[in-house]
Amino acid sequence: MRPLRSATGSVALLDRGDVDTDQIIPKQFLKRIERTGYGEFLFFDWMKDPEFELHRYPGAAILLAGPNFGCGSSREHAAWALEDYGFRVVIAPSFGDIFRTNAVNTGLAPIAVPADQIALLREPLAARNELTVDLEALEIRHPDGVRIAFHLDAHAQETLVQGLDDIARTLRLETEIDAYEAANCRRVDIKALPA
Amino acid sequence: MSVRTLFRKVWDAHVVSDGDPALLYVDLHLVHEVTSPQAFDGLRAKGRPVRRTELTVATMDHNVPTVDGPVTDPLARAQLDALRHNCDEFGVRLFATGSGREGIVHVIGPELGLSQPGMTIVCGDSHTSTHGALGALAFGIGTSEVEHVLATQTLPQARPKTMNVAFTGALPFGLSAKDMVLDAIGRIGIAGGQGHVIEYTGEPLRALSMEGRMTICNMSIEAGARAGMVAPDDTTFAYLEGRPAAPTGADWERALDAWRALRTDDGAEFDETVVVDVGALKPQVTWGTNPGMVAPVDGVVPDPGDYSDPEQRSAVERALRYMDLAPGTPLVDVRIDRVFIGSCTNARIEDLRTAAQVVAGRRVAAGVQAMVVPGSARVKQQAEEEGLREVFESAGFEWRRAGCSMCLGMNPDVLAPGERCASTSNRNFEGRQGAGGRTHLLSPAMAAAAAVAGHFTDVRELA
Repeated sequence: MRPLRSATGSVALLDRGDVDTDQIIPKQFLKRIERTGYGEFLFFDWMKDPEFELHRYPGAAILLAGPNFGCGSSREHAAWALEDYGFRVVIAPSFGDIFRTNAVNTGLAPIAVPADQIALLREPLAARNELTVDLEALEIRHPDGVRIAFHLDAHAQETLVQGLDDIARTLRLETEIDAYEAANCRRVDIKALPA
Repeated sequence: MSVRTLFRKVWDAHVVSDGDPALLYVDLHLVHEVTSPQAFDGLRAKGRPVRRTELTVATMDHNVPTVDGPVTDPLARAQLDALRHNCDEFGVRLFATGSGREGIVHVIGPELGLSQPGMTIVCGDSHTSTHGALGALAFGIGTSEVEHVLATQTLPQARPKTMNVAFTGALPFGLSAKDMVLDAIGRIGIAGGQGHVIEYTGEPLRALSMEGRMTICNMSIEAGARAGMVAPDDTTFAYLEGRPAAPTGADWERALDAWRALRTDDGAEFDETVVVDVGALKPQVTWGTNPGMVAPVDGVVPDPGDYSDPEQRSAVERALRYMDLAPGTPLVDVRIDRVFIGSCTNARIEDLRTAAQVVAGRRVAAGVQAMVVPGSARVKQQAEEEGLREVFESAGFEWRRAGCSMCLGMNPDVLAPGERCASTSNRNFEGRQGAGGRTHLLSPAMAAAAAVAGHFTDVRELA
């Protein structure tokens, strides 16, 4: 996973709430067994509409979306598709819980910012469509001077900024896992189930 | 020790290493073909084994065809082959199509007795919340997390908040768990449960069978919640006893003692409480493009003008445009093209029995195509032994093989653009059952009634 200390670029506005992962990447593309190449299928059905907002922002690095972005299905393909399409950051008032984790594990930064603060960005962005999202300083900056601080838990920040292999980090606690297993009996044994 | 919620008891028992996030031990990992190939590839790339193969089980459900014959879609076939190959290579037990044990992953877990009270259960599928009906902490995860669990049998997790959905009143005759949960989602909202684990409580909940409780927990994610749970009781224990993976003999007695302690202590506090009175509940039907857009069957399609919040208004306008519904239309006047009885929400044996009871001696309305997709090979077999297949087929329903089928339309079972479907599944998102398809969620009895009438109708008034 490539590290993401900071992202600067133009912003795509997707002005609606409750965008579910079925829209971000429809089911017919979940049959692929690869992890890459989903960008061309991003918002596949919505993209067929020439009026769809995303057509107005080619090359955007940051997606500014409505509340509850990425709700619904757990398909990580949604995060892969956004990242493969070229987004490094999604800013929204809130995220579906599973999507949020998937995004972090994909190196796509899910940045939660209250709607009233997002509103402060509208005018500056209309004048000049550019933002910097600084994951080390935990700050969004517009070149005209608007700054918005955001919260990101330390674990997600570390994962994103360092591009960490989360499994390697957990395996550093292998002694603890061994100890837990030694102290707690196994609940089921699937191998022992009769055929 | 201070008083604790059911959730907190299960959480505390699985913390390997405390912190934010905590490292949580996983007792049972369910795997299917769609969200696992990239996870196994990740293990291969790093030379990592599956840490606990005896706690990991795989099945084929999402893209399997429900008609007899080979898998003709080359991409689906490659994905199923990949699962078979990965399970062989990593030593994971696979209940493949044709094994007699296959089915929708959230149907076979409880059916085999694998899902048990007090366990932590994960799966690369958002409807993993289903297993919470047994008093487990069960939640959906992404593919990177699937890889994480395969490699470490643990997951880093921030501790969620708790929400109590307290059902009160007596559920009117003829209504079901599906009506209860659709109504609850309408009240909580599809993001209302975000960051929370829901515990469902109350007399009407206690009165439900295990299968009804599974329907409710299944749809926790549709309220945005991480998981849903029900404290285990005698209904739970009676359901589990004798299932293939359930404990036996002295182990069973010991397990019962531990399971009886799995309840929220008096005085333990939830971060949030929502009271849902079901005393006056009517059968529910969704009219929009998310599960929170729901109304009683005797209601009408809402008018966007009635919503003061501009964002809500535009969401409703957009939904009605997609659904091709005019404001003020009585739901009973909405005609349907297709009926789907299936999915991890409503394809267990009781669901099929309820639907069959409505259908018996009646015919599917002219112009309506209706199908039943049992939740597992075992459910299918049991239904056939009970004569339900005959009931459905002689009414004009198609009787299919087990799988996820038209809940998400990854296999050939899809709606054509513009088709309107009465569906017992869990999501009515745009295009969910096929691009341009229009989905209305409802209970198995209500789906059966719609099949017979050709439009939505209160099953209790079916002539």
